Amino acid sequence: MTATPVPTAPAPAASGAPAARTHTVRAVRTAGGLSVRVEPRAVAVCLLLLALALATGIVLIGSGDFPMAPGDVVATLLGDGTAVQEFVVLDLRLPRVLVAVLVGAGLAVGGAVFQTLTRNPLGSPDMLGINQGAIVGALGVIVLLHGDATAVAVGGLVGGTLTGAAVYVFAWKRGVHGFRIVLIGIGLAAMLTAVIHYLITKANLVDATRAVVWMTGSLEGRDWTQFWPLLAVSAVLLPLVLAYGRPLRMLEMGDDAAYALGVRVERVRIVLLVSAVLLVASATAAAGPITFVALSAPQLARRLTRSPGPNLGASALMGAAVLLVADWTATNAFGERQLPVGVVTGVVGGCYLLWLLVTERRAGRI
Amino acid sequence: MLVESSSEQSAEPQAAAQPRGRRSVRAAGLLLSLGVLVLVCVASIVVGAKPVPLGDVWHGLFQNSGTGNDILVADVRVPRTLLGLLAGVALGLAGAVMQALTRNPLAEPGLMGVNAGAAAAVVTATSLLGTTSFMGYVWFAFVGAAIVSVLVYVLGGGRSATPVRLALAGTAATAALYGYVNAVQLLDSAALDRLRFWTVGSLAGADADVVAAVAPFVAAGVVLAALVARPLNAMEMGDDTARALGANLTRTRVLAMLAVTLLCGGATAACGPIVFVGLMVPYLVRALTGPDVRWILPYAAVLSPVLLIGSDIVGRVVARPSELQVGIVTALIGGPVFIHLVRRKRMAQL
Repeated sequence: MTATPVPTAPAPAASGAPAARTHTVRAVRTAGGLSVRVEPRAVAVCLLLLALALATGIVLIGSGDFPMAPGDVVATLLGDGTAVQEFVVLDLRLPRVLVAVLVGAGLAVGGAVFQTLTRNPLGSPDMLGINQGAIVGALGVIVLLHGDATAVAVGGLVGGTLTGAAVYVFAWKRGVHGFRIVLIGIGLAAMLTAVIHYLITKANLVDATRAVVWMTGSLEGRDWTQFWPLLAVSAVLLPLVLAYGRPLRMLEMGDDAAYALGVRVERVRIVLLVSAVLLVASATAAAGPITFVALSAPQLARRLTRSPGPNLGASALMGAAVLLVADWTATNAFGERQLPVGVVTGVVGGCYLLWLLVTERRAGRI
Repeated sequence: MLVESSSEQSAEPQAAAQPRGRRSVRAAGLLLSLGVLVLVCVASIVVGAKPVPLGDVWHGLFQNSGTGNDILVADVRVPRTLLGLLAGVALGLAGAVMQALTRNPLAEPGLMGVNAGAAAAVVTATSLLGTTSFMGYVWFAFVGAAIVSVLVYVLGGGRSATPVRLALAGTAATAALYGYVNAVQLLDSAALDRLRFWTVGSLAGADADVVAAVAPFVAAGVVLAALVARPLNAMEMGDDTARALGANLTRTRVLAMLAVTLLCGGATAACGPIVFVGLMVPYLVRALTGPDVRWILPYAAVLSPVLLIGSDIVGRVVARPSELQVGIVTALIGGPVFIHLVRRKRMAQL
């Protein structure tokens, strides 16, 4: 028997707003007796986000010191470009955009899983120590071992994964509860932050600058060597998490209700947690800890699709789109100066966070 | 909301049944704690990269000849110890007041983002306005601490906040503010070089000027905290009961937040962000004294500097020949205490 934590329990009837929103749900039935629920609005949102991500990606490939019209970019991607265009597009800019897509999708799906498991719109991996763990791992490599970019990425991956494991172990007490994951994560994050500051004071100024750049999260100079490992991880984990979307949605109703509906709660939770931690840690290893994508993308997706539950597919597309738009803003909106993408997501995310806190507070949900 | 009700209900009748015995035990405990504090202060003057014999400590304090160990004692170790004392008192009291005010065992300046607010303001001052002196940026630290503490308190839900919600609001604010701090440091590597030592939380930069500058703020904060002890006691029983008992809720809240801001802003401006001291000490003290705020505050004020100066001594000793900054030591000690606190059974009811 496990007690449901009181604090995050929503008050569905009180707010009134959800009842006013009616969304149509269609069921598609096949001859064999199988049926799939289709929400037209969610499908439309997904298609829109996909189009947005594609358009931004093409614009992003076309912009830079060697500007190209969108038509040329598409032609080059289809194999009709000149040699120079092919070099610029295929060797320099395409891998960066693809890394952005995978990082955004991975962070968003990881965030959606964490937010659902902790039953809190603020319970994203950025807040729960995974990012800090990854930073400690990467900074350890930068400051103590003076490693190259690949070693730094491996350090980040190891650090993030170990922290995720530690959160789970410490939060375990006859089952893992959402609120305990949140608090343990925050405690570990505070400890790891101290270690991060220590490592920065130990570094010389060159290493310290490199460390701060890494800590901000940047897509600068990402190439195919970052893309392939990330693709391998994502190709395994994204479908796995998407396949667990149904039991994850059941878990939102509380452990007891999910049990009653036939969900093996602890197994589902550990599979999803491990996958989410690995997704977030590998995204962080590839691009540094880009904050607030994991926090905001699932919430934005949920509001756009207006459907309950974790919305994993829409979240993934939203994450990719958000990161691409943020990267375009970071490289083009500040004149000559190119900022790391993490600065943009940080500032935008900070504003979003304030708004979230105010509205959620008014609705009494957090 | 169930708030620590079981412990309070079991503790209060006992205290009422044997008030005199309990009070003398508490007073004796406070005296004992003061003795420990004096010992730790002496140890802080003695221990370090160059150990100072006890006799020389006395000599350096009262017959400063301006040579050898006397300089070390008077100009380095004593200011450092005094700063540890001030910062310890400030952080411990701020944590205790905050916990009583929010009725929340996890309320802590560091976790609530107050330090990050001060850090963001200091970074702004150093980078944009070129402020380098302590007196220049102490005001910015106050403004940053004040804005963020009020913001997190309000966004976290005030007195209806649950620990999870308050901690998340604080963590989120911290993440956003440190994002800003990192961005500024990235664009201005001179600021990074100056600030990377400040953001870690250290007593090493202490000199007499810093101590003299921060002392009035901490003193004002201590007075305010002492003033709100009684009404806070009443408020522990709930807003309605407190009002019935004659406490002025709005005034108490404003004064308490002002005290927290003065204490945290002063400590953070002088030492940089130090986490977990304000969390650990009031929590441990509560186990000794029971829920009476009038006893929690003096105990916290005495035992917090013991922890802070003790951590500073440990930091000087373990990483020889260099030093481990005190903010790192307190975080490494405090993290496990925090995790233990979260794993307690009663947290589930909060």
